[in-house]
Amino acid sequence: MPEEELILQFREKNIKAYEKLYNKYCDSISGVINNIVKNDDVAQEITQDVFIKAWNKAGTYSPKKGRLFTWLLNIARNAAIDYTRSKKFKQSKQNLNADFFVDILESSSSLDSSTNTIGLKEFVTKLGDTCKSVIELLYFKGFTQKEASEELGIPLGKIKTRNRTCIGELRSMLSI
Amino acid sequence: MNIKEYITSGILELYIAGSLSQEENEEVHNAISENQELLAEVKSIENAILQLTAFAKKDATYSFNDIKSKLKGNNPKVISLSKPKASLKTYVSWAAAIMFGTTLILSVLQNNQLKEQLASRNIEKETLEAQIDSASTSLAAAEKLIEVFRDKDIVSVSLDGQTVSPTSYAKVYWDKKTNSIYLDAKGLPEPPKGKVYQVWSLKLSPLTPTSLGTLNSFIADANKIFTITNANESEAFGITLEPTGGNLTPTLEQLYTLGTVQS
Repeated sequence: MPEEELILQFREKNIKAYEKLYNKYCDSISGVINNIVKNDDVAQEITQDVFIKAWNKAGTYSPKKGRLFTWLLNIARNAAIDYTRSKKFKQSKQNLNADFFVDILESSSSLDSSTNTIGLKEFVTKLGDTCKSVIELLYFKGFTQKEASEELGIPLGKIKTRNRTCIGELRSMLSI
Repeated sequence: MNIKEYITSGILELYIAGSLSQEENEEVHNAISENQELLAEVKSIENAILQLTAFAKKDATYSFNDIKSKLKGNNPKVISLSKPKASLKTYVSWAAAIMFGTTLILSVLQNNQLKEQLASRNIEKETLEAQIDSASTSLAAAEKLIEVFRDKDIVSVSLDGQTVSPTSYAKVYWDKKTNSIYLDAKGLPEPPKGKVYQVWSLKLSPLTPTSLGTLNSFIADANKIFTITNANESEAFGITLEPTGGNLTPTLEQLYTLGTVQS
């Protein structure tokens, strides 16, 4: 079933359709959350909350607002950032070591040895520092172009093309 | 629209990231729903990001069954399971809101009450300060009187009651160094309306009265002690009752008290 149809059914609160979307997106959503909260267990909890929340407000999603994945990303980042502002997070903060998604990827103990895993590890190892930061801020942290431009000291007009080059490298490595 | 340029601009990558404005989002949405090539590009980018982000997940495993029971949807059992939880949460929220509101109102009321208390305390404080001030003024005056009474150079003259008012009396303390007298007139009755006491310095032979002034503030004065300048070589002091404003010569029929200076 094409995704467009699944999304339509999701908006009508069809659980079967939602399960398919969940299976497609939950790892990515969890990855983004984990990158912010830096804790596997917490990430798991927040991921579940995010998908429950998304279900509850299914009616408010419209493709006009953007891709479903992007919509989920937003809910996930907000939930994760909310958590980082909580007392609980501040207490556990000292145990953190990984700062960027690249650190999580590089230290991944995942037994999945598919070409993509190896490829991704290689990709992030070779990735330039600027690309690492741009991807981190735009996709994992949800920065706007302006915020990313200010954070990285890259002119606003260049964020778009710089990011396209970085994603281009990723795609060629993944052959997509 | 030049499709190639649109793609290479990098706008589609930002579309997936969610970093475009609402307007730009709608623009891209319209563009990709009209053009299959753009839609395919968007899907490729999304796919790449999906894979990249998924690898940041670490070791957690996910199953839809973990959340299925919490979703309100087509399954009626789910509704009955999740409802009490949601309503309990609602009750707790309402209870918290009511408690918060009540606390807020109470603290506002308490605050107002405290402000009122503070204001009345301030008034009390001012009153007390005024009392202390007047008390210390009285004390200073009393101390001055004691000083006067004890001074050996001050001549004390007793003025006794005369025919018109035998029970009246007064005392004069005459400080010759400062040419002033302190008249204690507590033993005089209150003067009737339209009348005033006039104080005289007298020379006896021949009898020459000199006015020292009228006691205009007699009724208002609490301790009835008056300080009067006297540069005369007085031999006696007398007090007569005169019409308001005083008289040039004493009305001897209205002589209330009289006393001679003992030399």
